[in-house]
Amino acid sequence: MPQISPVLWQFLVKWLTNFALFPPEASRIAPQLDALYFFIVLVSLIGLTIVILLVTSFSILYSKKRHPVPVQIEGSTLLEATWTIVPLGLFLVMFVWGALIYFRVFTPPANAMNIYVVGKQWMWKAEHPGGQHEINSLHVPAGRAIQLTLISQDVFHSFSIPAFRVKREAIPGRYTTVWFEATTPGTYHLFCSQYCGTEHSHMIGDVVVMSPEDYKTWLASSTSGASLAQNGERLFASMSCNACHNARPDARGPSLANVYGAKLTLTSGQTVTVDEAYLRQAILNPSQNITQGYAPIMPTYQGQISEEGLIALIEYIKNLNSDYRVQQTTTTTTLLPGGAGKAAPAKQEPAGQGMVQQ
Amino acid sequence: MSDTIVLLPDQSTARIPKRNYLTQENGLLSWLLTRDHKRIGILYLISISFFFLLGGSLAGLIRLELLTPQSDLLATDTYNKVFTMHGVIMIFFFLVPSVPATLGNFFLPLMIGAKDLALPKMNLASWYMYMAGGLLALWAMITGGVDTGWTFTTPLSTHFVNTNVITTGLAIFISGFSSIFTGLNFIVTIHKMRAPGMTWFRLPLFVWSNYAASVLMVLGTPVLGITLILVVLERTVGIGIFDPTKGGDPLLFQHLFWFYSHPAVYIMILPGMGVISEVISTFSRKRVFGYTAVAFSSVAIAVFGFFVWAHHMFIMGISNYAVLVFSLLTMLVAVPSAIKIFNWALTLYKGSITFETPMIYAFGFMGLFTIGGMTGVFLGTSGTDIHLTETYFIVAHFHFVMVGGMLMAFLAGLHFWWPKMTGRMYPEKVSQFAAVVTFIGFNLTFFPQFILGTLGMPRRYASYPPEFQVLNVFSTAGATILGVGYLLPVLYLTWSLKYGAIAGDNPWQATGLEWQTQSPPLTENFTQIPIMDHEAYDYEWLERQKEKEVASVG
Repeated sequence: MPQISPVLWQFLVKWLTNFALFPPEASRIAPQLDALYFFIVLVSLIGLTIVILLVTSFSILYSKKRHPVPVQIEGSTLLEATWTIVPLGLFLVMFVWGALIYFRVFTPPANAMNIYVVGKQWMWKAEHPGGQHEINSLHVPAGRAIQLTLISQDVFHSFSIPAFRVKREAIPGRYTTVWFEATTPGTYHLFCSQYCGTEHSHMIGDVVVMSPEDYKTWLASSTSGASLAQNGERLFASMSCNACHNARPDARGPSLANVYGAKLTLTSGQTVTVDEAYLRQAILNPSQNITQGYAPIMPTYQGQISEEGLIALIEYIKNLNSDYRVQQTTTTTTLLPGGAGKAAPAKQEPAGQGMVQQ
Repeated sequence: MSDTIVLLPDQSTARIPKRNYLTQENGLLSWLLTRDHKRIGILYLISISFFFLLGGSLAGLIRLELLTPQSDLLATDTYNKVFTMHGVIMIFFFLVPSVPATLGNFFLPLMIGAKDLALPKMNLASWYMYMAGGLLALWAMITGGVDTGWTFTTPLSTHFVNTNVITTGLAIFISGFSSIFTGLNFIVTIHKMRAPGMTWFRLPLFVWSNYAASVLMVLGTPVLGITLILVVLERTVGIGIFDPTKGGDPLLFQHLFWFYSHPAVYIMILPGMGVISEVISTFSRKRVFGYTAVAFSSVAIAVFGFFVWAHHMFIMGISNYAVLVFSLLTMLVAVPSAIKIFNWALTLYKGSITFETPMIYAFGFMGLFTIGGMTGVFLGTSGTDIHLTETYFIVAHFHFVMVGGMLMAFLAGLHFWWPKMTGRMYPEKVSQFAAVVTFIGFNLTFFPQFILGTLGMPRRYASYPPEFQVLNVFSTAGATILGVGYLLPVLYLTWSLKYGAIAGDNPWQATGLEWQTQSPPLTENFTQIPIMDHEAYDYEWLERQKEKEVASVG
């Protein structure tokens, strides 16, 4: 093509070969959301056609040339009622349909596999239950409900997977959740869609959907040797949480066995259901969240523990199902290398604190 | 039968009246210390045009950067500053004051048969507050800019950026007073200074829509002011109201910010809708179809507009039931806009239509605003909002409403009232051409962005995946055409100040009181206080007036 300039030629080739018009549908919710999307497109097109038809036909029929003398008309209550009620009815259909989808997207099924995602300037860090970490990518199996629990370490971010039609804000200081079930293996865009500062447009990555077998292989090859809960256990010991939360009869803190999902009464008289958000608050801001019957002696861990650390701790606490399990933590971790000095037994702790103060 | 309604005086004998508001006094001071609402309107017109051209140039930079997928023309930091300043300038220093402070200031008293606004000194103060805010914003921009986005989202704006957040926040805070002053002035004037016989239901619809917008300005702007002051305090002394580590709530900022900024879009669009009512009626020679429905739909928009703010936060972890309520209310606020569109369309029915420039802009408005409004329903529907929010779909929707709607309306109004403001006509053919160019350029710029948004391209990205490039190239190409479309009026309107045909009192043969006085008007507007003895848009009354004149002059 010697007549066409190379730049234009390249552009045309690119246009023909690499030109997206509609995102892939790669999750269970995607076709449902698209059905509603195209319903609204259809209604919009009909509405727009009516407006254009009215304006053009009146412009032709009643142009000054054809229709020199206007006929004054006050209005019509019937017409006003029509174009109030018909759009309102259509909008209400969209409202109900949209709300159904919204509730579906943000109500995860009970058996969903939970993956934690921490957003920070400017990367996404995913924490799998098996202890696998990823940065700016997310590997998930097809055909299984995945719940994401999101939090931001600094500013607002937003975790967006257009091919799944889901998006959720990652907020500092608060867990948010979203779920999806990927259907088609492949690699899809992952965007941060909430403006978050300088490198906002580089806070992107890939969501890799794998067949269950491939996913198993990936899990095995990416393991860091310890699960998320095991990491949490190590942290639990190294932060000396078990100095008080040791499930012994004389413990100064409440036992954490089976605490997740339980109803607690606080010293303020308030009743709370223990979820991730409560656990996080209780670690960072303990004085507001003291269980009834215990003294407010727990220090705050604000600024001493990262969001990933909190996630690991929470994952550990969620999996504590007996006092025996708690006591086991207390005893085994003293054997861990490097953990020995910090994870001192309860009775030695005051001495340790005294040493720090000196 | 000619295909125009323009009725100009004999150009060989016609003169601009010697005594008018422009020639009343001379010298810079006579402008800077004026209390004449018309002169203040002109001051506003000049200043908002300056800010519009500035904001437009920044938009040009954004589109140039997005021509390629890499961030190569501007560094990401610079890009962030450019889109932030584009948003800040266009919203707070162009769109909010555009129609009310220029055309509203100039014509509201004329339309209701008053000599001036109720509080002329406050009106002048409003311009000074606007200028103080505007210059401070410029200062912030020159000394390093700001990169928070026009939404100032915390904690990014309070703890994480090192740019001129405080200066810009204060600039917007100060300019907020100009909105409040203008709104207050309009409300008092409309209540207290209508000419004898000018009942509420004889008011031109432009007055109704400005009244609704004024209520929003007076009630909404203080909330924005408080919010920005809280941001400034959080940044300077760390009061911690939005800081989660101090027990604050970052979502609270969003609630407060959108409590103003959602009604703000109605502050921007309502006066524009008023312009469209005037223009469509005049160029189809018909009373606006369903006058009361159109008037009350403005009020309905103003009322519902205050109860939909959280639809900006559907994916931000507000409760699912809050989402239900706000989604439903958002559907309700969409209805009055639909009512207006259909009433305008039906106004054309059995009219006698001509296609002067303001009418072409008004047709452009109707098409683009319909698209802008309907795409708003995609976002008000909670399910589809999950996918479309925070993408270019939002950008396109917002620009269809604000640029396709409001700017088209502003240009329609500017051309429509230009003969009254200056006493001279703009050149018709070239301005019709400019209107068509604007329409084409606009669609080419912003329609591809709906597709980009559906594909998932996030807003505020300096770089993007390569498969989005083709659509971005279309968009940038459209922006250059749009740029031409906006430069043309600047050129020919300036030209017309000296060379335009003498317009005479009422070139469009419109019915409004502003057309029943000389062009340009006297400083005191009318030689005697007019008495409104007919309904608004009564073209038969106008015919009878003309017959009377012919009979008495001979």
